[in-house]
Amino acid sequence: MTSSPTNLRQQDGPYFGEFGGRFVPESLIAALDQLAETYQVAKNDPEFAIELAELHRSYTGRPSIITEAKQFAATANDKVRIFLKREDLNHTGSHKINNVLGQALITKRMGKSRIIAETGAGQHGVASATAAALFGLECVVYMGEVDTERQALNVARMRLLGAEVVPVKTGTRTLKDAINEALRDWVANVDTTHYLLGTVAGPHPFPTMVRDFHSVIGNEARQQMLDEFGFLPTVVAACVGGGSNAIGIFHAFLDDQDVDLYGFEAAGDGLDTPRHAATLTYGKLGVLHGAKSYMLQDEDGQTMDSHSISAGLDYPGVGPEHAWLKDLGRAKYRGISDAEAMDAMLVLARTEGIIAAIETSHALAGALKLSKELPDGSSILINLSGRGDKDMETAARYFGFLPGDN
Amino acid sequence: MSKTEQVLKERKAAGKGSLVGYFPIGYPSLEESIDAAVAMCQNGVDVLELGVPYSDPVMDGPVIQEATLHALENGFKLKQVFEAVKAVTSRVDTPVLVMTYWNPVIQYGVERFAKELSEAGGAGLITPDLIPDEAGDWLSASDKYELDRVFLSAPTSTQQRAQVSSDLSRGFVYAVSTMGITGAREELDSLARKVVAGVKLADANQNACVGIGISTAEQVAEVNQYSDGAIVGSAFVRAYAQGGVEALKVKVNELASLLER
Repeated sequence: MTSSPTNLRQQDGPYFGEFGGRFVPESLIAALDQLAETYQVAKNDPEFAIELAELHRSYTGRPSIITEAKQFAATANDKVRIFLKREDLNHTGSHKINNVLGQALITKRMGKSRIIAETGAGQHGVASATAAALFGLECVVYMGEVDTERQALNVARMRLLGAEVVPVKTGTRTLKDAINEALRDWVANVDTTHYLLGTVAGPHPFPTMVRDFHSVIGNEARQQMLDEFGFLPTVVAACVGGGSNAIGIFHAFLDDQDVDLYGFEAAGDGLDTPRHAATLTYGKLGVLHGAKSYMLQDEDGQTMDSHSISAGLDYPGVGPEHAWLKDLGRAKYRGISDAEAMDAMLVLARTEGIIAAIETSHALAGALKLSKELPDGSSILINLSGRGDKDMETAARYFGFLPGDN
Repeated sequence: MSKTEQVLKERKAAGKGSLVGYFPIGYPSLEESIDAAVAMCQNGVDVLELGVPYSDPVMDGPVIQEATLHALENGFKLKQVFEAVKAVTSRVDTPVLVMTYWNPVIQYGVERFAKELSEAGGAGLITPDLIPDEAGDWLSASDKYELDRVFLSAPTSTQQRAQVSSDLSRGFVYAVSTMGITGAREELDSLARKVVAGVKLADANQNACVGIGISTAEQVAEVNQYSDGAIVGSAFVRAYAQGGVEALKVKVNELASLLER
């Protein structure tokens, strides 16, 4: 990369180029102002950083390790090394906890006693319910009715943790509608309630704040690559739904001109079909859930249904910073089909003994494809954003591993 | 002065007060929604709001969500907004505003939307998820085509924000009566008075109409004592859902009954 500006890491919202902003009802502006101010004060307060770092050390289990996946790499190209940043080993099983603990501390600082959250697959809902239990906050999780059915065990996990799970029966009854319902709750209860948004989408300051809380991933990984291996990777790769784990690992590398960044989004049944969630490949500029970014929509601006085998990538929008990085050419985005992702999940499990989430498996598949294009001696650092325990039912059905299957 | 402002001012000056009524375009079909809207104007609605069905209506409660989803499932297309406005304004003299979430306008083109709305005889737009801070394109397009632009002011808005909404709105400021989404509520929040007072403090000449949660004739009359109009949506949509255009007429007459015609 030589054409991009060199200070990309300095960019904060409300705008990333023409993307971002605050396209929300006036009723929410006061809450967004309060959140932005509280976050700005915390960001500059060394005590906040110390408190969060200690939580990550003693509760999350940070720093997460890096594992070199030699046998996995060899299935595609044994001249390209592949490294895994193990966010799957965090408490609650994914990167989501990084943001949730940060926002829980912010919630306390604002003197609010109730959090609401949206969830698709349940990772963010479980992480939010966990933080609520730890901090003594009331927690309501909105989840599309379709997702509550396909992720019944995660509903039970959240309820075990003391959260109320509300099945959302409006619209397409998936993640998009869960966000709509959370926004409606927030408008009505903004005095007592913080909306703990789970990705780098939404109105300012969410894209900036959530990115900052996840930037620990890339900051650690960059230092670990230098300390343990003595070089920076040729490529950093991650899956992209809303884009939180991708921006988390990308951010530390944005100004490293020699490191290429690749985001892999869900191509569902394939990019040549209408059933996908490839927002950055096919989306058009628009406004969804409070920010201007790329989104899947028809000619009238009605949001289109997205499709992916992974509930966590099944979202027709994407965070504004990704839209900006795409337009700058700093990051490249490609689609990975359901079948490619499931294959990669199986390959990693059988070569390295690591079961990745289906979301993450999109990055694994993308890296395998990419390793065949890269020169010998290249290396790829993948954000292994989550573990696959939550996906066992889907995987078992997909691969035919249930009792009675042959 | 815009036509909307004229109507509100004249009725206020005559001690009558105004009823602003909402109905979604394309519900249950384009033709039926036009007939419903005309019936509302003929039975006591002073300013009409035509709603644009949208896939992600975050400011709307269940009644309006259900109606607009129904319209979308019946094949509502954005172009029908202009057909509906034209049809209604050719049959009645009531000012017709369009209430729309912002993304459809972006896709259609802000300038093109403004031009065609103006040509169809529309009075302007109410934009529930567009704050003045993000409205650059719309400010210039609405000036060019002399359209009303109604921004919102909420109980949580600072006086500084109430000032901006008041300065940049034309027609009226939509005073959000309560913290919440659309839908009928038994008791109106006293917060409404505060929001209206904020708008009037910013500009004593600016109109403020109160919306969200109004469902009775008493509320309509009460709100008009301290504001320039009462906005009713869900109560009308519910009446239509239950008894069609006849029930809607009865509901409009009922809610306007304590205002002088």
